[in-house]
Amino acid sequence: MPNTKLKRVDIIFSEDCVYKDVLADNLKKSNEDILKDILDSGLRGRGGAGFPTGLKWKFTSQETEEEKYVVCNADEGEPGTFKDREILTRVPLKVFGGMAICAKVIGAKHGYVYLRGEYQFLKADLEKALEEFHSFVKELGFDFQIHILMGSGAYICGEESALFESMEGKRGEPRNKPPYPTISGFRNKPTVINNVETLVYAFMICRIGAGKFHELGTTDSRGSKVFSISGDTPIAGIYELELGMSLEDFVEEFGDGDTKAVQVGGASGFCVPRKKFKDTIIGFEGVPTGGSMMLFNSSRSMYNVLKNYVEFFEEESCGQCTPCRVGCQQLKKGIEAIKKGEKSAHYLDTLQKLADTMKVSSKCGLGQSVANSFSSIVDNFREEMIY
Amino acid sequence: MANTVKLNIDGIDVSIEAGKTVLDAAKKLNIHIPTLCYHEDLCVAGNCRVCVVEQEGVKNLVASCAMPAQDGMVIHTNTHKVRNARRHVVELLLSEHNADCTKCYKNTRCELQDLAGEMVINEHMFLDLVPDKNYTIDNLSPAIIKDDSKCIRCQRCVRTCDELQHVSALGVAYKGEHMKISTFFENPMYEVVCTNCGQCVIRCPTGALVEKNYLDNVWDAIYDEDKHVIVQTAPATRIALGEDLGMEAGSIVTGKMAAALRRLGFDSVLDTDFTADLTIMEEGTELLTRLKRALVDKDPTVKLPMTTSCSPGWIKFIEHMYPEYLENVSTCKSPQQMFGALAKTYYAEKRGIDPAKIVSVSIMPCTAKKFEANRPEMRDSGYQDVDMGLTTRELAVMIKQAGIDFKELPDEKFDSLMGKSSGAAVIFGATGGVMEAALRTAYEIVTGREVPFKNLNITPVRGMEGVKEAAVKIENVLPAWSFLEGVELKTVVAHGLTNANKVMQAVKNGTADWHFIEIMACPGGCLGGGGQPIPTTPEIRKKRAEAIYREDAGMAIRKSHENPEIKQIYEEFLEEPLSHKSHWLLHTHYQARKRE
Amino acid sequence: MPEIKELVKDLADKHGRNRESLLPILQGIVTEERFISDVAMTEVARELDMSAALVYGTATFYSFLDTKPRGKFVIRVCKTITCDMKGKKQIVKTLEELLKIKVGETTKDKNFTLLETNCLGWCHKGPAMLINDEVFTELDEDKVTEIIDDYMRNI
Ligand SMILES: Cc1cc2nc3c(=O)[nH]c(=O)nc-3n(C[C@H](O)[C@H](O)[C@H](O)COP(=O)(O)O)c2cc1C
Ligand code: SF4
Ligand code: SF4
Ligand code: SF4
Ligand code: SF4
Ligand code: FES
Ligand code: FES
Repeated sequence: MPNTKLKRVDIIFSEDCVYKDVLADNLKKSNEDILKDILDSGLRGRGGAGFPTGLKWKFTSQETEEEKYVVCNADEGEPGTFKDREILTRVPLKVFGGMAICAKVIGAKHGYVYLRGEYQFLKADLEKALEEFHSFVKELGFDFQIHILMGSGAYICGEESALFESMEGKRGEPRNKPPYPTISGFRNKPTVINNVETLVYAFMICRIGAGKFHELGTTDSRGSKVFSISGDTPIAGIYELELGMSLEDFVEEFGDGDTKAVQVGGASGFCVPRKKFKDTIIGFEGVPTGGSMMLFNSSRSMYNVLKNYVEFFEEESCGQCTPCRVGCQQLKKGIEAIKKGEKSAHYLDTLQKLADTMKVSSKCGLGQSVANSFSSIVDNFREEMIY
Repeated sequence: MANTVKLNIDGIDVSIEAGKTVLDAAKKLNIHIPTLCYHEDLCVAGNCRVCVVEQEGVKNLVASCAMPAQDGMVIHTNTHKVRNARRHVVELLLSEHNADCTKCYKNTRCELQDLAGEMVINEHMFLDLVPDKNYTIDNLSPAIIKDDSKCIRCQRCVRTCDELQHVSALGVAYKGEHMKISTFFENPMYEVVCTNCGQCVIRCPTGALVEKNYLDNVWDAIYDEDKHVIVQTAPATRIALGEDLGMEAGSIVTGKMAAALRRLGFDSVLDTDFTADLTIMEEGTELLTRLKRALVDKDPTVKLPMTTSCSPGWIKFIEHMYPEYLENVSTCKSPQQMFGALAKTYYAEKRGIDPAKIVSVSIMPCTAKKFEANRPEMRDSGYQDVDMGLTTRELAVMIKQAGIDFKELPDEKFDSLMGKSSGAAVIFGATGGVMEAALRTAYEIVTGREVPFKNLNITPVRGMEGVKEAAVKIENVLPAWSFLEGVELKTVVAHGLTNANKVMQAVKNGTADWHFIEIMACPGGCLGGGGQPIPTTPEIRKKRAEAIYREDAGMAIRKSHENPEIKQIYEEFLEEPLSHKSHWLLHTHYQARKRE
Repeated sequence: MPEIKELVKDLADKHGRNRESLLPILQGIVTEERFISDVAMTEVARELDMSAALVYGTATFYSFLDTKPRGKFVIRVCKTITCDMKGKKQIVKTLEELLKIKVGETTKDKNFTLLETNCLGWCHKGPAMLINDEVFTELDEDKVTEIIDDYMRNI
């Protein structure tokens, strides 16, 4: 491969692993040992928020409730993200394995995979894999069952508490927090909810050891991550890369030579313009991402990009809280009005303030993160918004 | 004190019970935090975001209504960040809102308007979204108008209809920009399972859900020389009306109300309490008859337990939800409708007035009464028995419109002939009141003695418990009632339809052995009715209930059967309870309705 | 409509009769009928002993739980940014011409409904679309024409 400054990693999809052995070995370990491994590895959630996975498991394991659950968040709806689909297609047994180890640690007998409706075509294969998995855990004498629940086209259901509501047969409206899922999740029982990729990493850490994972990445962002790379790139696709790279190196490798901006983290992430590539680190200390990297070259109108994002949020907001429901509509109508000249450029400042309010006062992560793309695009491409 | 937490709000330390919210703690310090979606009677939604405050060490603002108070929290309720956010929230709501206050029924009585006023909103900050919306107004119901262009999507109505009423006629539909409050398939309220109870109306902070008002119709009738306009006032109006006219919750304004009605120009000021007493005579007798048929005649067709029928919200609920139990409902019409039927017969006859010229108006704590008055079943006098049902709130509006200084009015009496009542009728306004009134009379009919409760106060059926059971052992009966000797009469009282549903579930599952069930659709009974002054809170309802029992205790006559006008109407007109005539005018049957 | 009654009953037998069964049941109706009619919702409400308004509210939340009549094949073209950049507009135009309908409409013969949707998770291979549950990626005019021809032939 030419020009590979960025370190390729092969953990998630590695074939050098017999899931049965890993599972059998780990189910024999003590919960403390497993938790220690996950904590020591420095693994943080790969679904976006980046909460330390070991802590999440630990908190849930400490709850005294009889009933607990482990949920795999396979609602992958963030624009520009498609790695969970790939993982579920290629290594579903590792996902289930990660859930089983988590279940053992926290004391859950049931696990759920919440699969987005758009991935209905995956269901049959997943069920087949599940059959194999179930017969194996039975062999091991481990009392654990995984169920697959389908979404039906609602991005917000990827938000953990909305996901629980949806699993409970309701509208996917995020709940108030606290309480957090580790105390009150699915059916108001202590629940670990993890992203697909997080679960596989957890599983693989149990195989390769915390150290191997920990030595990758940076202080705040240990390990590697699966990136979904799309947009103006000649080599769009899925790549597992070490965390902590600079965006400059990334663009050098994945850009088409004319990259003007990269949207890191999908529509709810940040837009980084060319002049900031050099100083931008991909990771929790810099710009975090659930994996989505969208590249834009100079032929693209950043106004169109922003409008597309805002329209996405306007539709996909659950609609319950004021800042997000009405704010999204205002942001969209506002940038349109400015573009058409019906509102002066100063109105952009009003909209920026509105975006700030949405960030601090929305009920959930959706409304809170609209400002990420809005402000970063408006700040960096202001003239494109006006003319 | 393990169960309290200590926090600091705006520089002041406060301790509060664990489990309470930051909003509760602020209230304790008399710090006012604006709220919209929050309502004391409902579970926390945390969706309007107007109650946000700043918590030290936390990046985002927190919704005070939804944030549990925690040890060591340092909260600021009045900072630049908080102010900006709250203002934005209100501006955003207004941008989605048809903010045409001068043309709005809730003008001057609207929580959104109050907030906008407090924030001194002039020029709107954001673009007007209303033209992009496809807002509709549903005004087909005789009771409730739903105007989506006034809705701020706080979901108070949805939570009310679900949590308090177990109806869920209203739900949240769609998502994102299209999210709205909707009935099943957006059908008119009139056609769905809605009971017209109006509990959503008294909790809606804006003009999105309001009663259909008949103010102009009533004024027109009053001004019409040719019409004889009579008015009846329900038991629960007299302990709540004052709240809308500058008085404290719990003020008893019976006399002032009568005076005001006379000044408004009603030709005769009468009292639904009279027919409440009549209801007791009819319903009590009906219960005893059913018991006799069941116990003596062993008639398998007789339906027990018998339920009350005065609450039109309850009637519509059972029509939709438990139609198989309609036969268990007392055939008595509600006091409003008994009054209406008698107004255009007995009253017309006695007064020598052509019933065609009588306009019969009722003042009710209730929005469902509007629907009830319009029922096809309610035309036994040959006319629509009650022409217009107004809420307590509408009466307050009329009093203001007429320029009457209500607080300064003298106490006046109701006119006679259908104007006299007993304390038993007054307590109809509180949950348990019908039961207590019925027991006072029925027990005495059967035994010849007063109910064995101190001062006639049957306390087990009083109070705000959702479901209250009481049993009365009947002993030493009069000879005619020997079949009841030793029988323990089992009763249950429920208020709020969620509690009614619990009772009906027990009946359905056969886990209950009650004889008589009192159900009022509204929390607290009629005193918490959907037509009562806004706001409603547990505290306010408690004060209203206290006022009702004070009024009862102060009455010379405490038992329905001792009301002289009741004796008179049986002598002169109805003959006896359950007579042919009373069946014709005072009783009815209801129809099953579909569940959607 | 006795078939709908049967269908709902079968689905309830399979998925249960509590609130958690609601989504699987509604999804099952869509699989069979492509949309959930008011009659179907009434049946669901009855089977689950819950409010019909809440069934309606839940169904309308999810964009795949259509409450308006849809064709036998529901086409959903991704309109999110990368697909948009890679020529989604042309794909929609081609589909509109092939099917002689606009986005949001259903063909007269009730075979096809054309809709747009948000990111399908195939951004590296945009433009992408779903026809019912089947995915098609890296679309261009020729490919779309071929796909639709194929569907039309097999109806
Ligand atoms: C609007 C929104 C959408 C989200 N969508 C997803 C998603 O599709 N997949 C996911 O794993 N996490 C998603 N999340 C994050 C989850 O809420 C949650 O943090 C995550 O599943 C936790 O798993 P992790 O700790 O393994 O990352 C979303 C969050 C928000 C606010
Ligand atoms: S921020 Fe948006 S998605 Fe989240 S609860 Fe509020 S309206 Fe719903
Ligand atoms: S609902 Fe309130 S704010 Fe809206 S128009 Fe009416 S009075 Fe004004
Ligand atoms: S009037 Fe009563 S039943 Fe009807 S929607 Fe309102 S709360 Fe529900
Ligand atoms: S109708 Fe009233 S109570 Fe219901 S959501 Fe709208 S504003 Fe709130
Ligand atoms: S009052 Fe707290 S969010 Fe509405
Ligand atoms: S943007 Fe079209 S599939 Fe993701």
